[in-house]
Amino acid sequence: MATKSLKGRVHQLAESTRQLDFLKNGIFAPGGLLPTFEEKIKQSQSLPLRPKTLEILQMNLGYMCNQVCAHCHVDAGPDRKEMMSRKTLEKCLQILEKSPVSTLDLTGGAPEMHPDFRWFVAEASKIGVADFIVRSNLTILRANKKYYDLPDFFKAHRIHVVSSLPFYKKEKTDRQRGEGVFSQSVKALQMLNKVGYGMPGSGLQLDLVYNPSGAFLPANQQALENDFKKALKQDFDIDFNQLFTITNLPISRFLEYLIASENYEEYMQRLVDAFNPEAIANVMCTNTLSISWDGFLYDCDFNQMLDLKVVSPVQHLDDFDLDQLQNREICISQHCYGCTAGAGSSCQGAVV
Amino acid sequence: MKPSYYQSSDLKKFKNISDWSPDLGKKFFDYYNSVFEEGALSAREKSLIALAVAHTVQCPYCIDAYTQDGLERGVDKEEMMEALHVAGAIRGGASLVHGVQMMDVYEKRSM
Repeated sequence: MATKSLKGRVHQLAESTRQLDFLKNGIFAPGGLLPTFEEKIKQSQSLPLRPKTLEILQMNLGYMCNQVCAHCHVDAGPDRKEMMSRKTLEKCLQILEKSPVSTLDLTGGAPEMHPDFRWFVAEASKIGVADFIVRSNLTILRANKKYYDLPDFFKAHRIHVVSSLPFYKKEKTDRQRGEGVFSQSVKALQMLNKVGYGMPGSGLQLDLVYNPSGAFLPANQQALENDFKKALKQDFDIDFNQLFTITNLPISRFLEYLIASENYEEYMQRLVDAFNPEAIANVMCTNTLSISWDGFLYDCDFNQMLDLKVVSPVQHLDDFDLDQLQNREICISQHCYGCTAGAGSSCQGAVV
Repeated sequence: MKPSYYQSSDLKKFKNISDWSPDLGKKFFDYYNSVFEEGALSAREKSLIALAVAHTVQCPYCIDAYTQDGLERGVDKEEMMEALHVAGAIRGGASLVHGVQMMDVYEKRSM
């Protein structure tokens, strides 16, 4: 398993243009084996794809992370130094005050590693969004003593914690996320439970994110949630609220894995075969705006990693104008098949 | 002629068996889909049974399909291999239990 990001390894797929070239050519070239995503949604009368009411503001605080997961769409890792400036964080607060969003979603990398993380959470929680999410990789809570009090900090600000845990057993988790990640994740979940997260009646929401540990789609979200709840309770006395299933999108390090393991064509075929027209109506890019560390705007975190900025005269926080942004067409490519396969996929799990 | 009797791409054409017999094909696939629904046994348990049976009947299409199905359902490799050993035990047992017949014949024909 790699210990550096694609960027750190100077891998050709570190360049978003190379990824997009890959997704546009080969099996998706004109006259190729598979229809492009644009052709596919045209058949279901969903083109152009346009935003609905903005509900979720997702801020990517930076790409630094204490883990180097094999499937990471961000290409995050300890060697990534991109980080949102204080000025951009302040700008986000100003926009948050004026906008009608009901959900603020902080992601990364490991957002907790940002030096202004606690300051920002405290300021943003004063504004009072209905649902304030922090996406935590769990192991960061155990990575250093300075993070040990994060469960209490989250509790104090009524943060909704959404944590990655690809499986309820060690082997699959460690193969995807790194040796020792499962045992540290279990300890972190126990720390969160201890302050009340995931416990009945506490009002402290703790959700887990499952993504397949390989070139296959997630199963039924409810069935997997039942399996996770039973196993984590029985083996580790862990409670949580909901499980979100997320399909791995063929970009960045997951794309690297698909190509290296010769699974790319079959995986894309599987995504195309599983295209669900019902899912397209609820894809997250229709109610989300993603903000990158340097203040640019994207339809989703995946488009951010492919550097597909919003197709709008407004592309940066400095020029933020919600009315103009709402008139845009959502930028699509073949990676979008990941969000429309089967029961669909989003940062909030299945969409159908 | 194809280079091999088995082509992995043929699995996707399974539904084509209805082309030459639509009524029976429809009845079969309706039945097939009903069998694998959640019931007294979970769909996950049925997937594991299917994987074991697939190895017993040595159907490469079924092995491919139910290994992937198991992965999607969160079945891990220990569970898959245990299911195969159940198939192996029954299959081996089916040979060995005939040993009783062999022993009977042996004893009957021997002085």
